[in-house]
Amino acid sequence: MAGHTPIDKDLLTGDHSYETLDAAIGDIVLDSTTHNKPEVKLPGGIKSSPWQLMFGFGFLFVNILLMSLTVLVFNGIGVWGNNQPTGWGFDIVNFVWWIGIGHAGTLISAVLLLLRQKWRNSINRMAEAMTIFAVMCAGLYPLLHTGRPWVAYWLFPYPNITGMWPQFRSPLVWDVFAVSTYMTVSILFWFVGLIPDFATLRDRSRKRVSQVVYGMLSLGWRGSAKHWHRYEHASIILAGLSTPLVLSVHTIVSFDFAMGIVPGWNVTIFPPYFVAGAVFAGFAMVILFAIPLRKLYKLDTIITDKHLDWMAKVMLATGLIVFYGYIMEVFYAKYSGVEPELALFHNRISLSEAPYSWAFWMLILTNGIIPQLMWSPKLRRSTWALVTVAVSVSIGMWFERYVIIPISLTRDYMPGAYGYYTPTLWDFGMFFGTIGLFIFLMFLFVRFLPMINMFEMKELLHQMKHEQGHDDHAPGHGDAVAEEAH
Amino acid sequence: MSHGRDTSPKPYAVVAEFDSPEALLEAAKTVRSNGYRDMDAYSPMPVHGLTDIIDFKDDKLGFVVFAHGVMGFLLGYGLQWWTSTGFNFGGTWFQNTGLNGYAHNVGGKPLFSYPAFFPPAYELTILLAAFGATFGMIAFNGLPKPHHPVMNAACMARASADRFVLAVEATDPRYDEDEVFELMNTLNPLSVERVWTEEGY
Repeated sequence: MAGHTPIDKDLLTGDHSYETLDAAIGDIVLDSTTHNKPEVKLPGGIKSSPWQLMFGFGFLFVNILLMSLTVLVFNGIGVWGNNQPTGWGFDIVNFVWWIGIGHAGTLISAVLLLLRQKWRNSINRMAEAMTIFAVMCAGLYPLLHTGRPWVAYWLFPYPNITGMWPQFRSPLVWDVFAVSTYMTVSILFWFVGLIPDFATLRDRSRKRVSQVVYGMLSLGWRGSAKHWHRYEHASIILAGLSTPLVLSVHTIVSFDFAMGIVPGWNVTIFPPYFVAGAVFAGFAMVILFAIPLRKLYKLDTIITDKHLDWMAKVMLATGLIVFYGYIMEVFYAKYSGVEPELALFHNRISLSEAPYSWAFWMLILTNGIIPQLMWSPKLRRSTWALVTVAVSVSIGMWFERYVIIPISLTRDYMPGAYGYYTPTLWDFGMFFGTIGLFIFLMFLFVRFLPMINMFEMKELLHQMKHEQGHDDHAPGHGDAVAEEAH
Repeated sequence: MSHGRDTSPKPYAVVAEFDSPEALLEAAKTVRSNGYRDMDAYSPMPVHGLTDIIDFKDDKLGFVVFAHGVMGFLLGYGLQWWTSTGFNFGGTWFQNTGLNGYAHNVGGKPLFSYPAFFPPAYELTILLAAFGATFGMIAFNGLPKPHHPVMNAACMARASADRFVLAVEATDPRYDEDEVFELMNTLNPLSVERVWTEEGY
């Protein structure tokens, strides 16, 4: 077909067959001993492995999270640093941070599917898992910030004896709809992608328990051509639905601010700027997980340097959009000439007079300057440079929300109402606790579910072999038909 | 064990096993050109062009998703319209009926603030459409179905890994087990099997 670009040979390196792909990906799940390697010796002669260490680390912080939640629910949200005028502190900073991290998953699985980007195949499953776990972490914050999480269902419209209904004109109610829809659709999309892989695991497994469990999860998938036809149709529709969804979720999250009249919040650039920031942070997190996992489970023929290179490029591009957002915020302040906006700008940059300027300059350094290293092709292929930049971006995107929220809230229109926000131990306990929960869930995912989409990798392998077939051997191998379908 | 179905052993299909999508496509074309209609194929990944050969087309899903999306949108707007106004257009339609909603003046905004009601309606459109796509796909495919007669074939054990299986089903008007078996054997398969079932298909 005209305009058909050949598939990049670097997307799947090594001498793979369908069988070796199943073995490389599926056996990580089916053979529990893969998680005991490589052996790590701890002091005191205790043997461990990176998986066990990370899982244990995650579990430790899950316990810190549970403790923080217990203290919080027992005492009320007064244990947090929230005060007057800072009604929103770590709870919303971390909520937005986590939701943003989730966005790369949907972007990779949905937007890149619609754009027919083959490089998504190796990373989409992992990124989708990240989406779901990140949204779970994010959801905890508004849930707990309600103060009475056991009546959080009041946020949903349901007929009740008091005859009251939610205030649908409020962006916070939109958030309830956006985030719960996002969570549900992400899980559906993830599950649909997993169905054929569950069938592969069912047939590959030699243990009764996993045969039964994966068999049930696979819904009895048998790979019928008729089923694949509807399956692909459903996948493309779900991708088409997820694309506007992912854009709307962070748009609505940004409305939480942009609909307010607080200086620094009430700007129209927020929706695109937040969406770009979300993708930026999300790709950083995908890189942070992909690099150690591919090394640990010897997946570097499947998640190749090419993938890292492209993820780094997306990170750089979205980073530049975010940086443009920072410049525009300054421009708005200057161009509008509105005093509170100018004062806010001053509160961000003035090292000597503004109490939070360290956070702003930290943001510019980690989010604006350090990611520029990714212009260098050499650094994009160096795992250490990538990890450094990804960590820097994760920190930077957290500071972005920190800059937006406390700086604006502590200094708005009335100097008499100026304040300062200091997070408490329990704020940090919950923040690091959710990071632990995320790590805990990611390593559970690595243990029990195939972290790379097996059937899509097989499809990619077939397409690559097929293209090679055009180059070197004789035609007459079903080519005409396959060609029509391309 | 009978559930009102005839569970005596009956032929279900003849299946042939191949090791590549190209071989499967080639074989499917030959079988099709011999006049068989009730065919299916089983593969570890989608094989493009196959549904054209076996002449299978199903666009129902798109309509189902569209209907669900429209339903979600109407549900979203309807819910907000009703709860925010009680459908009170100046009259007293639902007064004292328990359906009068929660009409309150918030910041002087109109009761039916349709621009502000768009985001929840939008999210519900996507939510219901996604339900339609996922559960529609599962339902049209007749899943979940833990066991299917074709799984009686030994070669199906690898149809989710690296084998490509072509089946001519016994419901085909021209079906003759021996003839199909012979034909399948001429296609250079790795193996050919007769599949029987006791499931009352």
